[in-house]
Amino acid sequence: MNAFEPRIIAFCCYYCAYSAADLAGSMRLQYPANIRMIELPCSGKIEHNMLLTAFEEGADGVYVAGCMEGDCHFLKGNVRARKRVEYVKKLLDELGIGGDRLEMYNLSSSMGPRFAEIAREMTERIRALGPSPLNKASTRIKKDGERA
Amino acid sequence: MIVAEQKPLAEIAENIMEAQKVLVVGCGGCVTVCLSGGQKEVDILATSLRILRKKEGKPIDTATETLERQCDKEYVDKLAEKIQAADCVVSLACGVGVQYLSERYPDKCVVPAQNTKFIGGTTEHGVWEERCGLCGECILARTGGICPIIRCSKSILNGPCGGSQDGKCEVNPDVPCAWTLIYEKLKRQGREDAIYEVFPVKDWSKSRDGGPRKYVREDVLL
Amino acid sequence: MSEPAKQDGEFTTESKLERLFARGEFVVTSEIGPQKGASAESVIHHTEQSKAYCDGFNITDNQSAVVRLSSIAAAVHIMRHGGNPVIQMTCRDRNRIAIQSDLLGAYSLGVRDVLCLSGDHQSFGNHPTARNVFDIDSIQLIALVKMMRDERRLLCGDELKTEPRFYIGAVESPTGDPVELRVMRLAKKVRAGAQFIQTQAVFDVEKFAAWMDLVRNSGLDQRVNIMAGVIPVKSVRALRYMKDNVAGISVPDELVDRMANAENPQEEGKTIAVELIAQLRRIAGVKGIHIMPVGWEDVLPEIVTRAGLQLRPVAD
Repeated sequence: MNAFEPRIIAFCCYYCAYSAADLAGSMRLQYPANIRMIELPCSGKIEHNMLLTAFEEGADGVYVAGCMEGDCHFLKGNVRARKRVEYVKKLLDELGIGGDRLEMYNLSSSMGPRFAEIAREMTERIRALGPSPLNKASTRIKKDGERA
Repeated sequence: MIVAEQKPLAEIAENIMEAQKVLVVGCGGCVTVCLSGGQKEVDILATSLRILRKKEGKPIDTATETLERQCDKEYVDKLAEKIQAADCVVSLACGVGVQYLSERYPDKCVVPAQNTKFIGGTTEHGVWEERCGLCGECILARTGGICPIIRCSKSILNGPCGGSQDGKCEVNPDVPCAWTLIYEKLKRQGREDAIYEVFPVKDWSKSRDGGPRKYVREDVLL
Repeated sequence: MSEPAKQDGEFTTESKLERLFARGEFVVTSEIGPQKGASAESVIHHTEQSKAYCDGFNITDNQSAVVRLSSIAAAVHIMRHGGNPVIQMTCRDRNRIAIQSDLLGAYSLGVRDVLCLSGDHQSFGNHPTARNVFDIDSIQLIALVKMMRDERRLLCGDELKTEPRFYIGAVESPTGDPVELRVMRLAKKVRAGAQFIQTQAVFDVEKFAAWMDLVRNSGLDQRVNIMAGVIPVKSVRALRYMKDNVAGISVPDELVDRMANAENPQEEGKTIAVELIAQLRRIAGVKGIHIMPVGWEDVLPEIVTRAGLQLRPVAD
């Protein structure tokens, strides 16, 4: 279990989280390499099915990072993103994946250190949860040679 | 529009049984508008079913399609090819769509993904309310445009009953008392005396109590 | 009462209540909720215990949508033990076919008084997943009973060889709102054929008096015999429950305080009921009292006695 390195997808808003990641880079802040970032024009661009698909395609954890509430470039995109995240959390519970593998964060473009902290926080959380049941299942199937 | 709400995933998954190729079909009509059975919901459901089955070690293939309407034979016909390839069809239409698919493709098992709830409309984004009871003999002209058949919990034609308090229905404080609404509307229009008129008993044979209903327009028959 | 006593032929029915009202007696009725079981033991017990203290017993019809011994069956037990039953007939559980059939049956068994009401919604009862009927409503039911009696016809128009000659009662919620709508609905019930009215329980005498003013102004008190409803309460909890949860019941804060501060709440509850009866009697147009002990039927003789109403008249 110690060898488990989670795959985490972060959907990041261009106006905040994505820029904060840049800043974290220029500040030479260390954060786990487990995070794969996907840039969104706004966190409000996130769709329920994008979150689900990330899990289907192998993510152990997913988070959406948008601007601070009240500061969305498109006014309410981040509020809508949070609602969708909450909805998909319930769906993930129903699916047996677990809603706690998905999270919504808010930060601003100047919060480089916070970006790194979120990355660490999420990696720790998923590491503690272990691999997604889907990934366990696919490993098992490969081992049994039932299906590719 | 017809308002429907998606069934719990576990129920849909149970009903598709051991199928390996599942066709998920949405409807571009009412259920798209009420955000429960359009293309978006089709995609979410297909992904969810794939995840669920993958997790169980019994992965499935899904195909998706959203028809203009599932309650028209012409549109349903367009599914022929895709249905051929599927073991099982999941319909996100209302109960009409499910039956239309099932009638047109009698060899396929068609599974409903929705609970069809009522005829109503949107009162705010994300909120739908019932407005019509499909009674077959509209009385809205006499009731200030408010339907007591469906909006009164007891379908009372000479209301309000003793369960009305502060303009709310005793069954649920979120529900306005239809007869208080009717009275206020009639009063606003200066015709509250209409309340005194005793509504005669209703002819429920025009509703579903008369058996399944059918409507024929001779002049447009081909 | 200034009205001259009616000759026998002038009565619409053989009802004892109709005769008492006609003589200007202050009528007292009570209520028995049949038990949840296939026995009439409690109905018989309460009949024996209280028959001398009231002129009629309402028998609830699956009150609060909780399944109980049927109203008509209980009525037969009450009659066998010397009581005078008023059956309640709700629209919740029967369509027009069952309602008419039950009315014919009840009359054939000797029942002479019927109280017509919509019925509590089944969501409050012990079968909240039941389908309800509400084929006709309470006002249509009143008109139906009158039609069967006066026109000797069923709702469909078919003639009746023997008509059920019921004295027709209805209910009203005097502290419901808007109050003018409540009076309009009362007028509608009277026009449909209601001859006596038993109101929802009154705790707020002032509000009730205001409603009675409107009733008198519209002349309705001359056309229908109004009986004010009284519920004796055992505890402040029960009173608060009614205040907060029962539609159409208005409870003034000082009554709640009185019950809350009472050393012996049961005694206080009885005293309040006796006081309410005294206050309601004084209001012009009130022709009787309807006491609803709701599970506390044993208290009836004491309350009636303390209210000075224990000498019940004999009907001819």
